[in-house]
Amino acid sequence: MKFSESWLKEWVEYDLNTAEVMEQLTMLGLEVDGVEAAAGEFSEVVVAEIVACEKHPDADKLKVCEVNTGEEKLQIVCGAPNARVGLKTALSKIGAILPGNFKIKKSKLRGVESMGMLCSEVELGISEESDGIIELNSNAPIGSDVAEYMQLSDQVIDIDLTPNRADCFCIRGIAREMATLNQLSIEVPLIKPVEATIDDTVDVKLEAPEQCPIYGSRVIKGINHSQPTPMWMREKLRRSGIKSIHPVVDVTNYVMLELGQPMHAFDAAKIDGGIIVRMADEGEEVTLLDQTSAKLTGEFLVIADQNKTLAVAGVIGGLDSGVNDQTQDIVLESAYFDPATIMGKSRKLSVHTESGLRFERGVDWDLQVTALERATALITEICGGEVAPIKLETVEQYVPKQQHIQLSADHLQRVLGFTVPTERVTRIFQNLGLNCELSGDSWSVTSPSWRFDLAIAEDLIEEVVRVVGYDQMPSHRLQSTDAISEIPEELKELRFLRQQLADMSYQEVINYSFVGEKQLLALGLESDVFGLANPLNNDMAVMRTHLLPGVLANIKSNLARQAQDLALFETGKVFSKSDDIIQKDVLLLAKTGQQAPEQWSVNDQKVDFFTLKGDVETMLSSAAMKLEFSASSQAYLHPGRQAEIKLGEVVIGFVGQVHPSICQKMKIKQEVYVAELLVDAIQSIQLPAWQSVSKFPQVRRDLSVVIADSITWFEVEKAIENSLGEDLTQLHKLCLFDVYKGDNIEKGYKSLAMAMIFQEKNRTLEDKEVDKLVSKAVSFLSEQINAEIRS
Amino acid sequence: MIVSDLQQILADGLNQIETAQTTQALDDARVKFLGQKGSVTLQLKQLGQLAPEDRKSAGAKINQIKQQLFTAIQTKKTTLMVAELNQKLMAEAVDITLPGRQSAQGGIHPVSRTMQRIIDLFSQVGFGVVTGPEIEDDFHNFEALNFPAHHPARAMHDTFYFPDGHLLRTHTSPVQIRAMKNMEPPIKIIAPGKVYRSDSDQTHTPMFHQVEGLVIGENVTFASLKGVLNQFVNAFFEDDLQIRLRPSYFPFTEPSAEVDVEWKKDDGSIDWLEVLGCGMVHPNVLRSGGIDPEKYTGFAFGLGVERFAMLRYGVQDLRNFFENDMAFLSQFQS
Repeated sequence: MKFSESWLKEWVEYDLNTAEVMEQLTMLGLEVDGVEAAAGEFSEVVVAEIVACEKHPDADKLKVCEVNTGEEKLQIVCGAPNARVGLKTALSKIGAILPGNFKIKKSKLRGVESMGMLCSEVELGISEESDGIIELNSNAPIGSDVAEYMQLSDQVIDIDLTPNRADCFCIRGIAREMATLNQLSIEVPLIKPVEATIDDTVDVKLEAPEQCPIYGSRVIKGINHSQPTPMWMREKLRRSGIKSIHPVVDVTNYVMLELGQPMHAFDAAKIDGGIIVRMADEGEEVTLLDQTSAKLTGEFLVIADQNKTLAVAGVIGGLDSGVNDQTQDIVLESAYFDPATIMGKSRKLSVHTESGLRFERGVDWDLQVTALERATALITEICGGEVAPIKLETVEQYVPKQQHIQLSADHLQRVLGFTVPTERVTRIFQNLGLNCELSGDSWSVTSPSWRFDLAIAEDLIEEVVRVVGYDQMPSHRLQSTDAISEIPEELKELRFLRQQLADMSYQEVINYSFVGEKQLLALGLESDVFGLANPLNNDMAVMRTHLLPGVLANIKSNLARQAQDLALFETGKVFSKSDDIIQKDVLLLAKTGQQAPEQWSVNDQKVDFFTLKGDVETMLSSAAMKLEFSASSQAYLHPGRQAEIKLGEVVIGFVGQVHPSICQKMKIKQEVYVAELLVDAIQSIQLPAWQSVSKFPQVRRDLSVVIADSITWFEVEKAIENSLGEDLTQLHKLCLFDVYKGDNIEKGYKSLAMAMIFQEKNRTLEDKEVDKLVSKAVSFLSEQINAEIRS
Repeated sequence: MIVSDLQQILADGLNQIETAQTTQALDDARVKFLGQKGSVTLQLKQLGQLAPEDRKSAGAKINQIKQQLFTAIQTKKTTLMVAELNQKLMAEAVDITLPGRQSAQGGIHPVSRTMQRIIDLFSQVGFGVVTGPEIEDDFHNFEALNFPAHHPARAMHDTFYFPDGHLLRTHTSPVQIRAMKNMEPPIKIIAPGKVYRSDSDQTHTPMFHQVEGLVIGENVTFASLKGVLNQFVNAFFEDDLQIRLRPSYFPFTEPSAEVDVEWKKDDGSIDWLEVLGCGMVHPNVLRSGGIDPEKYTGFAFGLGVERFAMLRYGVQDLRNFFENDMAFLSQFQS
């Protein structure tokens, strides 16, 4: 809410500069968003009246005006469309300095002399836009200083109110806070009941009393249109961001800003019969004040007459029932609407009104009559008119009740951790307008009608500490536990996985958890997609079922930025929905390009399947279970270069080359290899357990075999293991050191070279024994897999 | 045999040894003088021809010369070998200014890094880490946290919904409820994770990271909340920064506060920057979590990880975190 600081000062006579006021408001919980001057700095600008106005002889859009400054009559050339005889406006005289250090000099416009300039609000730094020169009221004293007349020496403070502080949507509320903090009293303007001179009333039927338990109205007849809204009121409204429209509307807005009661004025002639406050019919249509038409649902509360909808209660009036320049008689509305009923309705209609903002957070339910009296006094002061008595309809049962809250000194201390003197607490409550009785160490507090956020003791505690000052509160140490808690050693925390991957050259990325359905479709990953009801856009419409779309997009964008070799990883949740919603943490590794950076001392070697497989093996080398790879058939991977990864009996993921047709679709021109793993499954690690170390020498035998290309290394390894039978324990290590196809090897065959390293724990193996083991393996290999032994 | 001959041999020998330039030349000298047919050896062989009374002294003399030459050879040999090794090693010299053999560098995302730093700091004083689901239900995200239906505070959350009524959690606070239900006081936890709001502009991304903190027990007070946050901010920034708590509103805490950190701007002026929200856990929330508000009090706080990362590392644009440009990410590889 924006408000004029000098208006606030009329209510509380504090002795603070604007910066101090802002600081105090913020520290009270009314966060100051900004402050600006009510106008720019200028001098020598006076109220002047246009007494003659002719078209410029040589310019279509200019006028030559004669202007009365009280002391003299000056000729001024002016281009404003609203320059006309009788208008009182702002004149910058020769020698005036306008905002931006703009000096007014005698000038000639198209050959006609101009002795100054008539000003718009923009030129005086009052507003950002205007469509003509300033229109001052006809009673503005000619010759007086404009800055003084408009009381422009003022600051406009903008506060950002939290939803619990509806009571501060008005000067009265802000003043109450400032008065409490500074231990001052507030100066409430004298609001005297206006005596009725006629007895007209409008029938009011509260058909939805739960939603509208209080409805005050008053008829005022014969209002006079000749008088404009006084400058002081226009200026206060303007400083709160509200345009002056019509004296009656201006007064209702003024009372809202001053006291917090949103009001509405109907043209009495447009109400057929009486007023009915009821729930809207499903599909009920109404044209709103902003000229849009709205179709309502049964959740809306409306103000209607016998034949039509007059207004959407608490939100906005209807176009057809409002006051305008022809209005003679008016009906003022001052009601209390249930906040829950009004909540969300502005949003539904896409009209954000000052009224809706206040009603949905709660308007003082004891203010309706006071507001009517205040508005009546102001309206009759400006427009005259005959006043009827106030008609107040109340359904007591639905009027909010005052809350009675108990707070003990002990409770206060238990929550805050420090003591606030009893008298101080009592005084704070009293200053805030809370009715409070102290008995023993306990306060019985009654919440006032303007506070909707006080229901329990903790709410009162906040009031106390807020006024004492959060900055005055001591800082205490939290009592720390001295218990040593367990750290599970068989769990590899995600942080260690991250660090290991970073050390293995992978860079972590973080992508949004939602992707476009198209992106998933492109990867053939569309099953069980869970889509958002209100996505930001199509590219963020469904929850990712996989980390691949994000990481592939990262690869593509980084390749486009001329990175060539990339190693990325991401961990995060992927989502799917069948019967239940499944959210699981996965890890994706991706590499493309060269394994090492281009450099003089390392030969180029492109990332391939075995790079990723090796990385997975390295990462899981400490896993508690045995790691196994077997052929798989994931659609998003190259059919001949992919494997399922198992730890023990559990499938924990896949490794392979991203299907080349996917890369082609994404315009990624190089091979991309990925491994995806379930995070939970790879976090168990083996607790180290000691084994005796052999002191006896190792014996190495190299073996080279030629076998059909279709036979896998896995089969060779198994064959060797099987061949050794019980003696397998003596095979310390089997190391494959070469795989060769090409010259000297028949097509369809390959040569494998391996080292068999033998060692016995308790004795030295003899050559003869080793020879026997090797020949066992050799004959087994030739029998089982047709291997031809080369050496 | 003449003594002067012996002296001549010694002089010649020492000269040859001294002038030898290679181990080969030195060896030639050794053979020439001390070899089987060397001149000194020959002298020894001729000893038998001398009168028996002269043999002893002549023999001693010859042996002395032999010893002198031998020592000279050994000394020279060492010198030559060192020189030759040096020469060989010099030939093996490398250009030490050539770049070292590089392996590629990896790194941890700045958001993960910051989150871990926050976790580490709180772990020191016994906060345990718990996590929760990202797709939540209305109960955990709002209702149990004391957000009434249709309340404006809900509207402020810009929630992403699913057609079946589930939603993407708008804060890490639902973890509070889950933790309270699963644990007995005293509770002291932090809950890091991703959260979502349907808001996207220069200062908002639709997904971001929070760390939630929750402490429940006896003697858990508003003043101790202030103390914990004060210590945390100073420890995180490794600087003695002022913090400012100011009243605010969250449905799930009462009293509530926003916390600002005093920040020195480039021009030297001081700014208060909002870094987190906190408060005393609302009794209704304690009850939702099955905890007796008469017996226990609690405080909670929630901080934005990206915000802390931006301040700590001077990142200017929030959106950098999710563009995953290597040029940006690689700056955090240290």
